[in-house]
Amino acid sequence: MIKVEQLHKSFGENEVLQNINTSISYGEVVTIIGPSGSGKSTFLRCLNLLEQPTSGHVYVNNEDITNPKVNILKVREQIGMVFQHFHLFPHMSVLDNLTYAPMTVKGISKKEANQKAEELLSKVGLTEKINAFPNSLSGGQKQRVAIARALAMEPELMLFDEPTSALDPEMVKEVLEVIKDLAHSGMTLAVVTHEMGFAKEVSGRIIFMDQGKIVEESEPNSFFEKPRTKRAQTFLTKVL
Amino acid sequence: MNLDFSQIVPYIPFMLEGVWVTLQFVIIAIIFGFILGALIALIKISRYKVLKLIADFYTSIFRGTPLILQLMLIYFAIPQLTGYDISPFLSAILTFGLNSSAYVSEIIRAGIQAVDQGQKEAAEALGIPYRPMMIKIILPQALKNILPALMNEFITLTKESALVSVISYLDLMRRAQVVASDIYRNFEPLMFVGLLYYAMVMVLTLIGKYIERRMRASD
Repeated sequence: MIKVEQLHKSFGENEVLQNINTSISYGEVVTIIGPSGSGKSTFLRCLNLLEQPTSGHVYVNNEDITNPKVNILKVREQIGMVFQHFHLFPHMSVLDNLTYAPMTVKGISKKEANQKAEELLSKVGLTEKINAFPNSLSGGQKQRVAIARALAMEPELMLFDEPTSALDPEMVKEVLEVIKDLAHSGMTLAVVTHEMGFAKEVSGRIIFMDQGKIVEESEPNSFFEKPRTKRAQTFLTKVL
Repeated sequence: MNLDFSQIVPYIPFMLEGVWVTLQFVIIAIIFGFILGALIALIKISRYKVLKLIADFYTSIFRGTPLILQLMLIYFAIPQLTGYDISPFLSAILTFGLNSSAYVSEIIRAGIQAVDQGQKEAAEALGIPYRPMMIKIILPQALKNILPALMNEFITLTKESALVSVISYLDLMRRAQVVASDIYRNFEPLMFVGLLYYAMVMVLTLIGKYIERRMRASD
């Protein structure tokens, strides 16, 4: 459902992504790993055009979203995103966080949006927080609400940009559990993460990036047991 | 000590009426200045370079010249240039509204830019269009942060409104002068309207505190 061709991204002189070619098919769970500054997050952000590519093409369901004529808001409706720092709307209750976009963007009724929100909150285990404000929640709870908020739009694809990097260690698990559930439900996921155990367990494919390039792409087992490239080998000896 | 407050008693209704006269144009000027200021702020954070330059120039003009000059220019120069005999009331609203919008636009611009960039990204990622994003997500958060600065601007405007006495607009300040020349006493009427100005500012302050408290409900 996603195809990336010759994607380049530069910030001034700094070339952050160099000739990225890959694709993500329907129902696939892909994790993107690599050292800091390797361009993982920038790559992910190019998939919903939060970052405008310098050159190259990104196709979502065969539509080239880098074409300026494409209504990017419509494309983003199909792509949920979860950020490292949650970015919940602090002046809205948890319920409003979940219902605002579906009501505004898709025009569904308040009743329907509320019902959907309740369903999602029970899915992420936060039913009792429905009327709470984000500032009263723990980091793990905030991130679970953020996931529910993205799911409320009923996207076909979910992007996770280091969803557990800003969390206290004991909260990492509760968030990963929610993402694992999503993976098992057959949803298409692209996850940038530093959690190697998680990557190994849930992903169908690992994309290993370094210095703005995809260095290696393979199944998790072969990647973690026998990485083909020298760069991946040194990376793995440092993180495992 | 030569003090006799009983002298001003017959003039109290006349001076109290000035509170309403002052409030009338101050309230309109505040609303006009706020809406215009918000629009100018949106231009300042937009991508339109020419419009941005104009907005910056506009702000620099109104901040860079005395308010009393702006007031006299509008009141005396417009009739000279256009032949349209502008009323003191309209001149007052225009001057104070335009002047205030310059300050308010800077306050709101800073407030919007201080909202975490992630809020905009989160809204964009959900497919929320620019207008609802601004109105429902960015501006409410910006307003919460800039409320003290905005209240400060409104209080300044209320007090500076006394300047309209120079274009013979019969506001609170002007009425004190009228009474003073009637009874050949300055201290008592000036003291009296001083108290009225203070009371108006205190009411504004309390309203500001109340709104601030309500907005903090989400913390």
